[in-house]
Amino acid sequence: MAYSDQVMDHYQNPRNVGKFDDQDDQIGTGMVGAPACGDVMRLQIKVNDEGIIEDAKFKTYGCGSAIASSSLLTEWVKGRTLDDAAQIKNTEIAEELALPPVKIHCSVLAEDAIKAAVEDYRKKLAAQV
Amino acid sequence: MKAPVYFDYAATTPVDPRVAQKMSECLMTEGNFGNPASRSHKFGWEAEEAVELARKQVADLLNCDPREIVWTSGATESDNLAIKGIAQFYKGKGKHLITSKIEHKAVLDTCRHLERDGYEVTYLEPGEDGLITPQQVADAIREDTTLVSVMHVNNEIGVINDIAGIGEVCRAAKVFYHVDAAQSAGKIPVDLEALKVDLMSLSAHKMYGPKGVGVLYVRRKPRVRLEAQMHGGGHERGMRSGTLATHQLVGMGECCRIAQLEMATEAARTLALRERLRQGFDDMEEVYVNGDLNAHVPGIINISFNYVEGESLIMSLPEIALSSGSACTSASLEPSYVLRALGMNDELAHSSLRFSVGRFTTEEDVDGAIEQVRHAVEKLRELSPLWDMYKDGVDLDSIEWAAH
Repeated sequence: MAYSDQVMDHYQNPRNVGKFDDQDDQIGTGMVGAPACGDVMRLQIKVNDEGIIEDAKFKTYGCGSAIASSSLLTEWVKGRTLDDAAQIKNTEIAEELALPPVKIHCSVLAEDAIKAAVEDYRKKLAAQV
Repeated sequence: MKAPVYFDYAATTPVDPRVAQKMSECLMTEGNFGNPASRSHKFGWEAEEAVELARKQVADLLNCDPREIVWTSGATESDNLAIKGIAQFYKGKGKHLITSKIEHKAVLDTCRHLERDGYEVTYLEPGEDGLITPQQVADAIREDTTLVSVMHVNNEIGVINDIAGIGEVCRAAKVFYHVDAAQSAGKIPVDLEALKVDLMSLSAHKMYGPKGVGVLYVRRKPRVRLEAQMHGGGHERGMRSGTLATHQLVGMGECCRIAQLEMATEAARTLALRERLRQGFDDMEEVYVNGDLNAHVPGIINISFNYVEGESLIMSLPEIALSSGSACTSASLEPSYVLRALGMNDELAHSSLRFSVGRFTTEEDVDGAIEQVRHAVEKLRELSPLWDMYKDGVDLDSIEWAAH
């Protein structure tokens, strides 16, 4: 199977690889997928007082398209509000990376990951009040 | 870009130059191009002679009678002919067959096809070592069983089944025994004089011969009868019609001759290469060899690099041509059915690579592969949340994953 240039670029030079302390109140963590299915994504967002995502990090176990989807997502969410970030659609990711039909589930997983990260952050915020 | 180094000899092998030379002598006007079935002129007689020599070369490799060799288009056709041929011819005796879960798809899909025609098939599960035991076969045989089909060497993990033991069980129960020997013939000794095997499938392209040719061994004593699957001029004693492809058969004969001649030295060399490769990963954490190494062909080794997904691993190894134990690359997202049948968990099955080395692999090739694989695994583990969790001492089984 041939990979698109966009997938190869993110795969070879993944952006924002790493981990934040998930206990930190500023951090929202979304971990989605399952090892048994061959894909696990962990996406973390760092949110400032204005509710803007100022940084993001990821680690992904999975195929090249899954790694590229999560890498792209970390670039896209930076600077966005939580509402804005939670509205990113898998189809936008799939289109940007030119994913073939058999790899669409990787972009779905990325969408799930950002939604889960936003939700995790909001839960933490609510618990503080 | 320079061509990748080939580590996929279990998928197919390049044709040995000596074989290609013999084949090229059977194609053009000045060569041996006649139809082996033409009885009225020299062209036909010479072609027939070449075909019969090739048949003898195959028979010599297997220590059987040349009259027990039926030419086919490859092991897939041989498997189809053996299984459907027996099942249909002996359906009056019964409609039950026995095979294993880790057979090649040519066997499994043929069995599935027969199930749709009203046959019943028992699929034996291998142990963790990847092996099917004679006892398992004995326990599965019934009154109405006509055929057992259990492979010699598994194509994904390289383990060698006890076909001598399984043959004894089958003969005692008067059930025919078919062996898919595509991965073993020419690599390890096969003696059909000693083995109680009734049918055996072989393919030329796994042993440095051309694609598109194979044989089915069909035992004469005790006699095995088959329902033909290809009808036509009654070639191959009615078992497989179709004009014999002289150049293909001559190629297969020559590759068998070479395999027999060089088996001992080649097996030792290949084993040394495989061991060099395996030892190259010895000091790495969470690396597992799949299948019992004590019952193993020299050329194949299947290794799981835990916490790294196989498809992305292959993607970061553009200079090595190999296949993932997981079938992701073939567009199915299921991990290997063979590894799963060994009882391996899905993550490990997703993390496996099959390396297969052969006649033209060098030590430098192996050393280069070790370095590249180690580098790729390290890089991908840095990217892997599972590796992080493993390093933090988190038990992955304790987490409730949302399967998707």
